[in-house]
Amino acid sequence: MTSFPDTWTVAGRTFTSRLIVGTGKYKDFAQNAAALEASGAEIITVAVRRVNVSDPTAPMLTDFIDPKKYTYLPNTAGCFDADSAIRTLRLAREAGGWDLVKLEVLGEAKTLYPDMRETLKATEVLAKEGFLPMVYCVDDPIAAKQLEDAGAVAVMPLGAPIGSGLGIQNRVTIRLIVEGAKVPVLVDAGVGTASDAAVAMELGCDGVLMNTAIAEAKDPIRMARAMKLAVQAGRDAYCAGRMATRKYADPSSPLAGLI
Amino acid sequence: MSDIAITLNGEPRRVAAGQSIADLVTSLGLKPEKVAVERNREIVPRSTLAAVLLADGDELEIVHFVGGG
Repeated sequence: MTSFPDTWTVAGRTFTSRLIVGTGKYKDFAQNAAALEASGAEIITVAVRRVNVSDPTAPMLTDFIDPKKYTYLPNTAGCFDADSAIRTLRLAREAGGWDLVKLEVLGEAKTLYPDMRETLKATEVLAKEGFLPMVYCVDDPIAAKQLEDAGAVAVMPLGAPIGSGLGIQNRVTIRLIVEGAKVPVLVDAGVGTASDAAVAMELGCDGVLMNTAIAEAKDPIRMARAMKLAVQAGRDAYCAGRMATRKYADPSSPLAGLI
Repeated sequence: MSDIAITLNGEPRRVAAGQSIADLVTSLGLKPEKVAVERNREIVPRSTLAAVLLADGDELEIVHFVGGG
């Protein structure tokens, strides 16, 4: 059944765009803002860092991307244990007043794979403190369920390592997570180009989160647009219900009436 | 008034005694409404920044939002 508009809801907040974009690695804030506009995204991830005490006049992200217009999703990138991630998000909540956050607790620098033991621990603490954590995780259906039980408002399995652009490596596990989840599922990390985003959406994900695929494209603004369209196309294809596959050919033109 | 020694974003610093965290933030050229402050590992609510006086040995973290994925 075709129905528009097609929205999704996380922790009681409803959004139209299923694309969440990061704000790292851009040439400058102006390019970042232009790519964001082209992406149609309504949620952006941001990092929390020490202010530059020696140069307080340096341009700030909030001067270019209005926190009233976009939903800022503070992340815990760079945190390798639950305590530092929790500390970072407490500061983020104080800085912005937002309780919807992106939790990621990393295991090692080489792969940036999540440390699920620490991630689960942090999720429990954050949920108890009233945060609404959207949680970056491994593409493991059991881990996803455990996060959901611990209070994750969304689970966000990786498609491939952060910043790798390798695309969705395991469609089976992503599909299993989608089938088992009662909270939104978003592929977070690994998308390299538009078809990767479409694949994530065709698997039934509620959304896709990406940064490098747009920021490191030769033309980030055009790639942002490509991602917007890919996410929409993948979502429509999922909702439409794809045809069954066949082992052999099946003609599209009638066989009767041939001359 | 004498100086006190604090740690600000990991760096040792001497500041005038008797000032509030809001005073310090403003004197650094920052807008209190754009940052968050942690003092000795505890969040200092923005509404109390002007009321909390710096003490010798305080460890402060002053953060804001930057681009990230």
